[in-house]
Amino acid sequence: MADIDSRMAEIGWLDRLASRDTPLHRIDPRAKLLTTLAFIVAVLSYGKYQLAPLMPLAIYPAVLIALGDVPLKFIARKLLIVSPFAIFVGLFNPLLDRQTMLTVGPLEISGGWVSYASILMRFVLTVSATLALVAGTGIHNVCRGLERLGVPSVFTVQVLLLYRYLFVLVNEGARMSRARALRSAGSRGMGLRVLGAMLGSLLLRTLDRAQRVHAAMCCRGFDGHVRTIEALRLRARDAAFLVGWLGVLALLRAFDLAGLLGAIATGGGR
Amino acid sequence: MHMSDALISPAVGGTMWVAAAGLVGYSARKMRHCLDSSRVPLMGVMGAFVFAAQMVNFTIPGTGSSGHLGGGLLLAILLGPSAGLITIASILTVQAMLFADGGLLALGSNIINMGFFPCFIAYPLVYLPLVGKKPGRGRIAIAATLAAVLGLQLGALGVVTETTMSGIADLPFAKFLLLMLPIHLAIGLVEGLATTAVVSFVWQARPDVLELADSPGDGRGRLGSVAVCLLVAAIVTGGVVSWFASTRPDGLEWSVAGVTGKAELAESTDGLHGALKRAQERTALLPDYDFAKTQEPARGGQAPAPEESSLGQWFAPSAGTTVSGLLGGGITLILVFLIGWALRRRAASAPSA
Amino acid sequence: MSHHLVEAKDVHYSYSDGTQAMCGVSFRITHGESVAVVGANGAGKSTLLQHLSGCLLPGGGTVRIGDTLLTRKTLAIVRRTVGMVFQDPDDQLFMPTVWADVAFGPINLGLPADQVRSRVEHALETVGMSHVAGRPPYRLSGGEKRAVSIATVLSMDPSILVMDEPTSNLDPRARRRLIELLGTFTHTKIIATHDLDMAMELCGRTIVLSQGRIAADGPTADILRDESILAPCGLEKPLSLQGCPICSRQKR
Ligand SMILES: Nc1ncnc2c1ncn2[C@@H]1O[C@H](COP(=O)(O)OP(=O)(O)OP(=O)(O)O)[C@@H](O)[C@H]1O
Ligand SMILES: [Mg+2]
Repeated sequence: MADIDSRMAEIGWLDRLASRDTPLHRIDPRAKLLTTLAFIVAVLSYGKYQLAPLMPLAIYPAVLIALGDVPLKFIARKLLIVSPFAIFVGLFNPLLDRQTMLTVGPLEISGGWVSYASILMRFVLTVSATLALVAGTGIHNVCRGLERLGVPSVFTVQVLLLYRYLFVLVNEGARMSRARALRSAGSRGMGLRVLGAMLGSLLLRTLDRAQRVHAAMCCRGFDGHVRTIEALRLRARDAAFLVGWLGVLALLRAFDLAGLLGAIATGGGR
Repeated sequence: MHMSDALISPAVGGTMWVAAAGLVGYSARKMRHCLDSSRVPLMGVMGAFVFAAQMVNFTIPGTGSSGHLGGGLLLAILLGPSAGLITIASILTVQAMLFADGGLLALGSNIINMGFFPCFIAYPLVYLPLVGKKPGRGRIAIAATLAAVLGLQLGALGVVTETTMSGIADLPFAKFLLLMLPIHLAIGLVEGLATTAVVSFVWQARPDVLELADSPGDGRGRLGSVAVCLLVAAIVTGGVVSWFASTRPDGLEWSVAGVTGKAELAESTDGLHGALKRAQERTALLPDYDFAKTQEPARGGQAPAPEESSLGQWFAPSAGTTVSGLLGGGITLILVFLIGWALRRRAASAPSA
Repeated sequence: MSHHLVEAKDVHYSYSDGTQAMCGVSFRITHGESVAVVGANGAGKSTLLQHLSGCLLPGGGTVRIGDTLLTRKTLAIVRRTVGMVFQDPDDQLFMPTVWADVAFGPINLGLPADQVRSRVEHALETVGMSHVAGRPPYRLSGGEKRAVSIATVLSMDPSILVMDEPTSNLDPRARRRLIELLGTFTHTKIIATHDLDMAMELCGRTIVLSQGRIAADGPTADILRDESILAPCGLEKPLSLQGCPICSRQKR
C-alpha cells in the first residue's frame, strides 16, 4: 500500500498547488493548453542529435514555474520518479550508436550519448512543462478548457468524475487494507489472493456507489448530460500570452540561440 | 508501457493524436445515442477504481517482476467497448496530467495502444465470441486471458512501432520487439488472471452490471464495422512492419558496422564549422575543444546507405551538436534560470489580484 | 395547499435479490409537517425515503406527492417538488467544485444563467457555506460537506425536504449547527434518523419502522417515551428522556 499512499500524497500536493491563486492560475486554461502543446511539439521537432538548440526552450517551463510559483522541489521529485520507460529505452542509444560525435579535450563523446542526453533533455522539458501547467491550472480547469476547445463533454465529465471519486475510493480502500493489516497480525506482503478479494469487495462497493451517485444525480434532474454555465472568457491578457509564446517558440525554433551565444562566447561572429 | 513524450516525434505523435481523437469522438457519439444515464457515474467511479487498482503493484509469481492491472479489457467487459474506451482514455489523461506518465503528445499513442486494442480488437473479436451467450467460470477465464494477452501484445507492437518510427531511440525494431513481446506476454497473462478474477466476481455478485455492457448497438451485432476496423489496423501494421523489415534487415548489425568502420572521422572544415573553428582558434577561449563532426558525412560514406540514415539526415540539424553550441545552451540555461528566479521574486512580491 | 401533501398507500417493495424492504406502508403527511422516520438498521428507512423522492418506484401500492401520483412519467415533476439529501455526502457531491454542485440542479431545471447564479448564491448563504464555493468537495470537512449537500437541494427550491440521517458522522458542534439550520426551514420535512434527540427537537411527529412495516405513528413526545413501542423495534429512549441527571441538567 506504500505506493498508493505516496502517489496519493503526490496527487494531494498537486491538487493543493492547483487550488492557489497566482498569475499563472489567472490565465485562461485554453491559452495555457495550446501554448504547452505548441511547446511540446517544438521540443520534439528537433532532430535526435540536437541537444544544444533545445536548451533555450527551457524558458517556457521556467516561466510557467515562476508565474505559478511551483516549488522546484515538486518538479524535481516528479522528474526523478516518473516514467522509467524513456530512460530505459533511451539507454540503448549509447550502446548501439558508438560513433564519435564530439571531442571535448581527451574525451570522445559518441552520437549515442548525445542522442541519449537529448532524450533526457526532452524528457525534462516536456514533463516539467506539463506538471507546471497542471499545477498552475488544476484538472477541473484543464477540463473546462478542453471542453471549450471542442473535446466531447462525455469525455471531460469522465475525467472529472474519475478525479473526484479517486479520493473517495482510495480512502475506502485504505480503510479496508488497514482493517486487513490489523487482522493479519504481522504477516506482511499481500498475495494475489488477498489482493483479489480486497479489490473484489472494493469493486462491489464501487458499483453500489455508482448506483447511489446516479440516484443523487437523478433527484436533481439529471438526464444523461452534465451541463455547466461557467463561462470562460478569453481576455486580452490571455490572447497576449498565447500569441506571445507562439511567437517566442517560433523564433527559438527558427534561430539557434544556443549556437549564436556559443559562437559569441567562443569569440566567433557570424 | 506508457509511451513517453521524450521518445516520440511530432509526426508520429500527431498522427496518433488524430487517430485517438477520432476514436474518442466516435465513441462519444455512440454513447450519446444509447446513453443510459446510469452509465455516466458508473464509468466515472469505475475509472477511479481502475486508476486506484493500477497504483497497486503486485509481484508476478515466479518472475520477480511486478505488474499491475491495465484495465482496458476489464472496462470493455464491464461497460462495453465505447464506454470502456472513453473510460480508459480518461484514466490515461489523468495519469498524463498527474504523474506525467506518458505525456501530452504521447497521449494519443497511449489511448490507441492501451484503449483501442483491448476495447475494439481484443474484446469484440476474442472475448465476446469465446465467452458466448452463456458465460461460465471456465469460459470467462479462457476468454479473458486470451483477450488480455492479445490486447497487450498488440499494445506492445504499437509501442515498438511508434517508437521506431519516431526515430529518437536507436533500438531497432526487431530487437525492440523481441524485448517487448515476451515481457508483455507475462504481463498479459497476469492481466488475464486479474481480469478473470474481477469479472467472475462481478458475474456472481452483480450479474446486472454485466448485462448493462451489452446494450444493443455497442459491440455485439457490430461485427461488420469491427471487421473493417481490424482490416485497416492489419493493413497499417502490416505495411509498417514490412517497411521496417525491408529497410533495416538487421538494425543491430548495421549499427555495429557503424562503430567498427568509422573509427576515424574527417574533420570538417567547411562553411560555418570551419569559420567557427578558425574564430575559436584565434580567441583561444576554449583552445582544446574540438568541434563536432556531425554524423551525416560519415554515414553517407558508408557503402549500403540504409534508409534510416538518410531519414536521419533529414531531421538532423545542419549545425549539429557542437561544443560551442552546448556552451551557448549552457548559457541560455543559466539565463533561463535567472529569468525564472526574477519572475518568481516579482510574482511573490506583487499583491495577488 | 394539497401541493405539499405526501401520501403513501400500502407501499410494497422488494429489491432485485428478493429482500422484502417495504411491506404495506401507509401514511399521510400534510403541509409544513416535520416528521422523523426511525427504526433499527435495515428497517427500511432509506428505502422508504427513496420512494418519496422518486429514486425507486413502488412495487405495489401508490405514492402521491401533492396532486401527482408517482409513476415513471411523473418522475420529473416529483423530483422537482421533493429535495432529497442522501446519507453519504460523497454520493451527493459529484461535481468538481461546490459551486458547480449547487448549480447542477438549477441548470437541469433549464433556468437561465443569471437565475442559476442567484439561486446558488442564495442556497450557499442559507447554509453558511458561501466561502467554500470554489473548493472541490473532497477538501471539505464532514460538517461542511453535509451543509453543502443541503444547499445542492435547496437551490432547486423544493417544497418538501427528505433527508437520510443528516446528523450521522457529525461532531457535536456541527450537529448542533445543523439542527438549528433545519429548524429555520419552513419546508415539509421528512427525516430518517437514529438521532432520537434530534427527532425530539425538530419533529412533531414520528413514524417507527420495523422490518418494512409501520410499528407506530404519532406525536414524537408520546412515541419516544413509550418503551413498549421502542424496545421491540430495537430502539432506546432518547438520552434527554432517560432522566439522566447530567443530560436533564444540560437541557434548557
Ligand atoms: N440495493 C439493495 N439491494 C438489496 N437489498 C437492499 C438494498 N438496499 C437495501 N436492501 C435491504 O433492504 C432492507 C432495508 O434497507 P434500508 O437501507 O432501507 O434500511 P435502513 O433502515 O435505511 O437501514 P440503516 O439504518 O442501516 O440505514 C435491508 O434488509 C437491506 O439489506
Ligand atoms: Mg439507511
